[in-house]
Amino acid sequence: MQLDAKIPTGPIAEKWEKARFDLKLVNPANKRKFEILIVGTGLAGASAAATLGELGYNVRCFCFQDSARRAHSIAAQGGINAAKNYQNDGDSVFRLFYDTVKGGDYRAREANVHRLAEVSVNIIDQATAQGVPFAREYGGLLANRSFGGAQVSRTFYARGQTGQQLLLGAYQALMRQVKAGRVTLHARTEMLDLVVHEGRARGIVTRDLATGDIRSWSGDAVVLATGGYGNVYYLSTNAKGSNVTAAWRAHRRGAYFANPCYTQIHPTCIPVSGDYQSKLTLMSESLRNDGRIWVPTAPGDSRRPTDIPESERDYYLERRYPAFGNLVPRDVASRAAKKEADDGRGVGPGGLGVYLDFANAIERLGQDAIAARYGNLFEMYERITGDDPYRVPMRIFPAVHYTMGGLWVDYNLMTTVPGLYSIGESNFSDHGANRLGASALMQGLADGYFVLPNTIGDYLAQHMGEERLETSDSAFTAIEDDVRGRTRKLLETNGKRTVDDFHRELGLLMWNECGMERSAEGLRRALAKIPEMREEFHQNVRVLGGDQTVNQSLEKAGRVADFFELAELMCIDALNRDESCGGHFRTEHQTPEGEAQRDDENFRYVAAWECTGDFAKPVLNKEPLEFENVKLTQRSYK
Amino acid sequence: MDLTLYVWRQAGPDAAGEMKRYEAQGMSPDMSFLEMLDVVNERLILEGEEPIVFEHDCREGICGACGMVINGVAHGPQRATTTCQLHMRQFNDGDTIYIEPWRSTAFPVLRDLMVDRSSFDRIIEAGGYVSVSTGSARDANEIPVPKADADSAMDAAACIGCGACVAACPNGAAQLFTSAKVAHLGLLPQGQPERLSRTRAMVAVMEDEAFGSCTNHRECEAVCPKQISVDYIARLNRDYLKAQLLDPNAK
Ligand SMILES: Cc1cc2nc3c(=O)[nH]c(=O)nc-3n(C[C@H](O)[C@H](O)[C@H](O)COP(=O)(O)OP(=O)(O)OC[C@H]3O[C@@H](n4cnc5c(N)ncnc54)[C@H](O)[C@@H]3O)c2cc1C
Ligand code: FES
Repeated sequence: MQLDAKIPTGPIAEKWEKARFDLKLVNPANKRKFEILIVGTGLAGASAAATLGELGYNVRCFCFQDSARRAHSIAAQGGINAAKNYQNDGDSVFRLFYDTVKGGDYRAREANVHRLAEVSVNIIDQATAQGVPFAREYGGLLANRSFGGAQVSRTFYARGQTGQQLLLGAYQALMRQVKAGRVTLHARTEMLDLVVHEGRARGIVTRDLATGDIRSWSGDAVVLATGGYGNVYYLSTNAKGSNVTAAWRAHRRGAYFANPCYTQIHPTCIPVSGDYQSKLTLMSESLRNDGRIWVPTAPGDSRRPTDIPESERDYYLERRYPAFGNLVPRDVASRAAKKEADDGRGVGPGGLGVYLDFANAIERLGQDAIAARYGNLFEMYERITGDDPYRVPMRIFPAVHYTMGGLWVDYNLMTTVPGLYSIGESNFSDHGANRLGASALMQGLADGYFVLPNTIGDYLAQHMGEERLETSDSAFTAIEDDVRGRTRKLLETNGKRTVDDFHRELGLLMWNECGMERSAEGLRRALAKIPEMREEFHQNVRVLGGDQTVNQSLEKAGRVADFFELAELMCIDALNRDESCGGHFRTEHQTPEGEAQRDDENFRYVAAWECTGDFAKPVLNKEPLEFENVKLTQRSYK
Repeated sequence: MDLTLYVWRQAGPDAAGEMKRYEAQGMSPDMSFLEMLDVVNERLILEGEEPIVFEHDCREGICGACGMVINGVAHGPQRATTTCQLHMRQFNDGDTIYIEPWRSTAFPVLRDLMVDRSSFDRIIEAGGYVSVSTGSARDANEIPVPKADADSAMDAAACIGCGACVAACPNGAAQLFTSAKVAHLGLLPQGQPERLSRTRAMVAVMEDEAFGSCTNHRECEAVCPKQISVDYIARLNRDYLKAQLLDPNAK
């Protein structure tokens, strides 16, 4: 299939304006005739549902948690970017655009990124008007901080709980529409499949997680705002429930999956403490503003950090990257930490850690100032590790954090299945091969508040007056049967290993072969193993209990089954991309200094994979990337 | 460490429940409380018994999904800590631990340790927002907000909606939850136009739900993992009184 990204013509700064003028509109009286299904209540889903409700559409909104307010976005700590230039430090829409394209290692679509930078300023206005308690200066105006990969202070924050406050703002706007009768919420409801009929998305099939009921919902358009798939690695900073099922099922029904191998490893997480480890906890990247990262100069130095004199410490980021120092982008910081650990200079259990030290900052600014900035993060660290970071340096190590890949969408955020949209982390747009800090919240809210509500009308207007498909139609019942069959099969297998056991095994394989570093050899190894593991999962998994009740093992089993399929595609994509770029680091392709070496001639494209039913043989579709406003350079943070 | 657990098992909303005894051997003090339960559950599954159902998601103390009464205290023995952030180093080898769901008529048990907290959503739905539609906002810096007000609003806004306050209250009251939202929005200039009507609407729904009334036991504040202060309840009462008399939006 020829991919049409539908990028408007004209100068980059005018494209979004032009698009909004060219897109068809649905008049206010007709909006209420449409029913839109939105899966997800994170920043992307909640903001979209609220805004579409305000516009007058009928919206049904789904999430698997018990309340919309608990979506994974709640956990974001550090902040949200916007090109407000309140600090008068040279920021602008163009600079935010430029930084994001560069930070993504030139693997994102220029037009989308520019639009993101344009609407970033509206997000801050909207959130402030909703009562989001952003941090303020004594004069009463909004405060900013700088964040990894940027030389300007453009990040807005609400203590260490920015995601929570932005999500509560969106959730409250959503609840206002629930009260107004425009949005119907379905919490504890998991989408298990997409219904496509005559080439268009017509609805979804869900399971009620309290009663086990499987049923269909018909809509005029379906929006997936279901988040990222970092949990394919088992251990990640994502919430335990985060999963790929909705996006993966859509992929199997025709939506292309773009750049699945682009995953982000976050440099500052609390290291693993034992094999019972169930997730990894992020320590916000904002800590790198004041903390200094170091390891002992001598390999195997097991003295306590406070006993190691200044002269025997290596502040390796400051040494290797004098211009950016501790603020180099995430991928660079993560790989640098891995290198120290590989060289035997890592600290803590298994040598899988480096120090993040606040002693200088506390001396310079005082403990109160540091507590005001990071108090809750320090407390969290102490609760988890038992160490007090005001006195001993934190130990940190990289962990899987974010997935840049996702469903392929055009400029209007529509997937390759007409009528199916994807917003927020679940799509692939905007971040290229690496996401900059504080840009995911921005993208989720840009998509939900400002982009989708403008673009979705274009599709709906073309289907004005058409009947919605009844859920009694065989298009729905066939898929319901499919879903019931899958559920039954998982319950009947009654094998010998638990779901988590399989998930851990898959995660470890992916971390080793398709994690921070990948090689053709390792990826081939993984590709040989994954189908075997998947086969064993379906033969030998043990899921107890019934399907007409709360059954958390069953929920997990369905998600892990889909991770097994996605994992294969990730490795195929990683093997195909015979270059290094951003978070995708192929050991065969590095500069003499050990940085990612791109191959723009051969890989300056989006890899959009089409499902053929044979997971070993997906079809690759390429969307070439044109750069007219940004000059491609080798990223350099020296 | 070796522990003895007594865990509330209840097959469904209408089923009778009971405390069941489990031996949890060989646990590490560095585990989180939920990781300890994960290990117990893995063993149960292999022995053919259905795992203990409990709610959780972020495991970082921010989503508000987790929550159980541990040895009689909502979220367990460590102050200002959600169940998911509680670590086993807070316990001793040989301890017996009693684990129960939130107990409150407003939060019916769905299964084992999982309860239905949708009543909280309905309180927010009644008015826990600023009515501002997308796109109509002015520049964020047009209205300066004194830092102290913004900070105090943030203190209140830190509520994660876990329900520990209700579970700990002898009356099962939801005053701390409701007052935190009323204060968060009422402390900011953006929240002023609807301040009194919001208070009335939220209190009305709170009273319609199965929550009890507040008689100042302050148990809520003691267990709140985000240390939300009962001062907000006093503020709620003042705003409510004012709203009864003065709400310009009341019909
Ligand atoms: C610890 C942490 C800290 C972070 N900090 C920052 C930060 O400081 N700045 C920043 O910009 N970004 C940050 N990020 C990234 C950012 O939080 C996420 O990328 C973003 O919030 C994703 O939002 P979303 O709306 O796309 O998805 P999510 O918030 O993940 O929401 C997904 C929604 O989909 C629902 N869902 C999923 N599958 C199904 C299904 N099958 N059926 C029904 N419902 C389903 C879920 O219930 C949920 O409501 C952080 C991420 C983590 C993990
Ligand atoms: S699991 Fe999210 S607060 Fe405990």
